[in-house]
Amino acid sequence: MFTNAHPIAVLKTEKLTKSFGSVKALSNVDFNLYAGEVHAVLGENGAGKSTLIKLITGVYNKDHGAILLDGKAIEPHSPHEAQSLGISAVYQEINLVPTLSVAENLYLGRQPMRWGMIDTRRVNTNAKALLKTYDLNIDVTRTLSTFSTAIQQIVAIARGVDMSARVLILDEPTASLDANEVQMLFGVISLLKARGIAILLITHFLDQVYQISDRITVLRNGEKVGEHLTADLPKRQLIPLMLGRDLAINDPADSTARITSDTGTNTFLQAEGIGRHGMLHPLDLHVDKGEIVGLAGLLGSGRTEAAKLLFGIVPHDAGDVRVKGKKVLLRSPRDAVQNGFGMCPEDRKVEGILAELSVRENIVLALQAKQGWFNSLGHKRQQEIAEEMIRALHIVTPDSNKPAGELSGGNQQKVILARWLASQPEFLILDEPTRGIDVGAHAEIIQIIKRLCAEGMALLVISSELAEVVDYSHRVIVLRDRQKLTELSGEEITEQTIMQAIAEK
Amino acid sequence: MPENKTHTEVNDVAPRFNLIQSLHRNRRLLFPVVALILILIGDRIIQPNFFNIRVVDGRLVGSLIDILNRGTPTVLLAVGMTLVIATKGIDLSVGAVIAICGAVAAVLISTTTLPPLIVILISIAAGMLCGLWNGILVAYMGIQPIVATLILMVIGRGIAQLITNGQIATFSNPTLEFVGKGVLLGFPFPIFLSLIVFGLVWLLVRRTAIGLLVESVGANDRASFFAGIDAARFKVFVYVISGVCAALAGLIVTADIKGADANNAGLWLELDAVLAVVIGGTALTGGRFFLGTSVIGAFIIQAIQTGIFVSGLPPTFNLIVQAVVILAILFLQSEELRRLFVRIFTSLRKPA
Repeated sequence: MFTNAHPIAVLKTEKLTKSFGSVKALSNVDFNLYAGEVHAVLGENGAGKSTLIKLITGVYNKDHGAILLDGKAIEPHSPHEAQSLGISAVYQEINLVPTLSVAENLYLGRQPMRWGMIDTRRVNTNAKALLKTYDLNIDVTRTLSTFSTAIQQIVAIARGVDMSARVLILDEPTASLDANEVQMLFGVISLLKARGIAILLITHFLDQVYQISDRITVLRNGEKVGEHLTADLPKRQLIPLMLGRDLAINDPADSTARITSDTGTNTFLQAEGIGRHGMLHPLDLHVDKGEIVGLAGLLGSGRTEAAKLLFGIVPHDAGDVRVKGKKVLLRSPRDAVQNGFGMCPEDRKVEGILAELSVRENIVLALQAKQGWFNSLGHKRQQEIAEEMIRALHIVTPDSNKPAGELSGGNQQKVILARWLASQPEFLILDEPTRGIDVGAHAEIIQIIKRLCAEGMALLVISSELAEVVDYSHRVIVLRDRQKLTELSGEEITEQTIMQAIAEK
Repeated sequence: MPENKTHTEVNDVAPRFNLIQSLHRNRRLLFPVVALILILIGDRIIQPNFFNIRVVDGRLVGSLIDILNRGTPTVLLAVGMTLVIATKGIDLSVGAVIAICGAVAAVLISTTTLPPLIVILISIAAGMLCGLWNGILVAYMGIQPIVATLILMVIGRGIAQLITNGQIATFSNPTLEFVGKGVLLGFPFPIFLSLIVFGLVWLLVRRTAIGLLVESVGANDRASFFAGIDAARFKVFVYVISGVCAALAGLIVTADIKGADANNAGLWLELDAVLAVVIGGTALTGGRFFLGTSVIGAFIIQAIQTGIFVSGLPPTFNLIVQAVVILAILFLQSEELRRLFVRIFTSLRKPA
């Protein structure tokens, strides 16, 4: 089946198995990673991708099976041990020290010494030389946090590879990068591939998989369901493999739903000249009940800024907001919530999920905050609400008392959505609701968005995926450089028109 | 009933709230209880009549009663401190607040004709004011809790000295003395006071939504803000509660010696309170908090101190013994260390 013959796998797992309680997170997985290839591991949330890399890097200890490096069985007990064996991992959340300089980060814990002290000059010259091999010419004495995520990511990779990596694991490396940065990172990946490093890539962006990977392993429910050369596995075959079912791309309710609603009588939110100095130029915006308004534009175009002003996260210093015709004050999320707003923020980890609290507590939080300090929901009522939401949104969790931080990304996103739905909002702002989650959850969340709209909710949705915006929006507001460019509605909404609007002078 | 609903997507056990499951989930909380029992047994071995309780003049006397009674200031502080720590804060000023509130009460009762109950209320109000100050610095000025409360910790004793004019303000008033030395139903009155405060605070946070919202602010204050929670107001609230608890502890300490000592009242007690909370299993990183085990933690500290006292060990050993015992308890709670023991244990057994 495999045409290009790789002699031996650098890294190999045989019948690798790991359970958590009664849940089999990974079961009998045989995985082969060859030198000089990019091997993408794909699957839905909870398919076992994270478990696989955590076993390989020694974060977890396996129940059964074997991990072989160059044919020899290894048993790393910590990421540090795995690193010393030649397996480096770079995660989505970069594990470097943001307040140290780039050079210090590169040589942390292994600085060249001179007279018993750190040889700062050599640290810096070495760092500069090292990054030069990645075509990166930056001031290595500057603090790491002052650089973009992409550069921080490359620094993390450079550090890992420099510490004798033969196997490099990249977990969602592109999740917070823009298109140019992705290409820059891919340049680095190609470079490393040419040097013969074996690269394991985990990502949710399928286009990127086809651009960069040589081989694909698909996991589903902890089992390996396929290993193919990327060239032999077109997308239309890959997706059913990942999902174990056919993806309903066209929702029949969709076409009937898109009726340009008549403005005026049905308006929920009307913002006139809303803006803030240095953040967003004043703009007009209205959202009707039962209408989805999309906010389109590139990263940094003012999409998220508009959402933050509307939800009171940052107070606006220009313009008025009317809710159902009545002027309201929006100086904090609290004010927004009291007016029937809800918002799923862009940064799920920092702004959304309460990792150590239970799924139940995460779900009831906004409703409870809305009801006030003394009108407590009570344990039983909380449980009922949580279970209803878990069922309605297909949240995969063993029970509602599990800490929310232990769920997969897509399920965390659903928990935050559930939090707002439980508070019964009339207007929901969704900032990148489908970012960083797998195809299955992606489709489900879009279904939910359409359903809520059909039930009469007003929605404002921000997304980088144009196809998605085109799919569900009744109107699209296009932004660039923190200004509103134009507003499209009905049949005018296509990916082409949006892109033209963004590109136009 | 939630138990009866069907779960098609969920492949694990049906979500049920039962005792065994919640005990298993909170097994960390058993450690303080076990530690307290072990320490009491240790005390009993050192001093055979440790568990004896006699009745003298209609009041119960014995080391166990002593632990309950002497432990009350730390218990009160630990209750307030638990809430503060749950919001990712810390209140280092409580020892100084004890001195301020004690000084207020002692000076007012000895130099004015105000009724004792009013004096007590004014003293509590002083505690609230101190808490409000801390809370505003932390929540609205954005000052790190450890720095913000350090300010009051330092100037607090100065304020107390100004109030007492640098003297130890003594007084004689049966009502106020009752707070520290009174006997009710055979038990020292402070025990009832701490029981009532614990009960009220427990009801306040666990029977309303405050507990959940405090935990959410501690777990992730940015996300809580996004969820429409006024995190700042909660922070002020917990520091005020901590101030009130410190005021009550101050009244007990002052009434007990019939005088306010601005320099020594409640000295280093803030550190005992923090330790009690940590022993009780509430993490300094905020989030989940456990009021009940914080109280147990306070009693652990007192049981060690009383044990050393009755053992006849030279007082010079006090602090060292206390530190060693507490270190042992914290080791017991450490997941890392337990795993290490398990690994050593299994590797020892393998060759056999």
